Amino acid sequence: MSFFGDLQISMIVLCSGLGLVLIGLWGILTQRNLIRMIIGFSLLDTGIHMVMVSIGYVTGGTAPIINDDVPMATAVSRVVDPVPSALVLTAIVIGLGVTAVMLSFAVRIFRARRTLMIDECTESKW
Amino acid sequence: MIKRIVILLVLLMLAFIFVNLAASYSEQTSLSALGHYYVEQGPSELGAANLVTAVVVTYRGLDTLGEVTVLFISAAGVGLLLRRTRRKDDHEDLEQGDRAEETAIARKPASEIVETATELLLPMVILFGIYVFLNGHLSPGGGFQGGAIIASGTMFLLLALPESHISRLMIAITESLSGFSYVVIGVLGVILAGGFLDNRIIGLGTYGHLFSAGAIPLIYVFVGLKVGFELSAVLDRFRKEDSGPL
Repeated sequence: MSFFGDLQISMIVLCSGLGLVLIGLWGILTQRNLIRMIIGFSLLDTGIHMVMVSIGYVTGGTAPIINDDVPMATAVSRVVDPVPSALVLTAIVIGLGVTAVMLSFAVRIFRARRTLMIDECTESKW
Repeated sequence: MIKRIVILLVLLMLAFIFVNLAASYSEQTSLSALGHYYVEQGPSELGAANLVTAVVVTYRGLDTLGEVTVLFISAAGVGLLLRRTRRKDDHEDLEQGDRAEETAIARKPASEIVETATELLLPMVILFGIYVFLNGHLSPGGGFQGGAIIASGTMFLLLALPESHISRLMIAITESLSGFSYVVIGVLGVILAGGFLDNRIIGLGTYGHLFSAGAIPLIYVFVGLKVGFELSAVLDRFRKEDSGPL
């Protein structure tokens, strides 16, 4: 820990999240294989989730679940913000649904074309 | 070449924005006003120990209903896209492709270790999923997580015994019934309590017990069943697409 000085934990999560967003966007923009583009989308998605979680973090906070260790009386000063966590839960589920639909489009294209390279599907370009 | 430069430029500009964002970021030291209200009022108002659940199911319940709807639509979309058409006027290529796919699918069966492990573990995986969504208001977890665990059990089954049959009719009925009950509970909230999806339509019970937090466990049971069956249906669609609509 001393090596990193006073680097905050949520800073690490935030930077990794932003990095994942960039990697995912790079994948979507440069890859020609549909599956790789979908993987890029998933990375982008995960990066956004990490950014959202890191924004909700409160220094020294724990999970917003009341129990013996986090009693109701002191909970306000000890837990992280529950709202971003709830939003991320929603975002994960929707990302999953979108990925499933994208994958089934990929299956359809593969079945019709026997290929996953978008360079081969040119008639609907532009 | 131009394209590559444009892509690089876009990414660099985005990276510049991100670096500036990260540089000006500092960790919160106290909750935001909204989070403060939820943490302070959530347990006494709704009786849920897991505050994320309180936000997801009740305070932001409408969002969750929308989320379930999105998942339903995407599952329906997958079903529509991966439906195997048996019409005669289909593309010739497609038929050939199908045959190639079918020969590729005829592969070696799973090893005995995998099969036995599946038979042993599958009930436990499903039981764990049910545990996770039943305790969504008390411990980490909830309907979506429990549903995903149940679907992972289905995945397990499909990997070990690819020939096993999953009844589409059963999936459709369970899914529709749980979605319908979820909305009914929401409407009951309008009639009996403070508003749509209000969980105080039944007593809050003893705080911290399984039967507490009003309608939250009920809602999570329906969400868990719906998500579990929906994801199982999606997985089943990706496995084979030849047994008709139901």
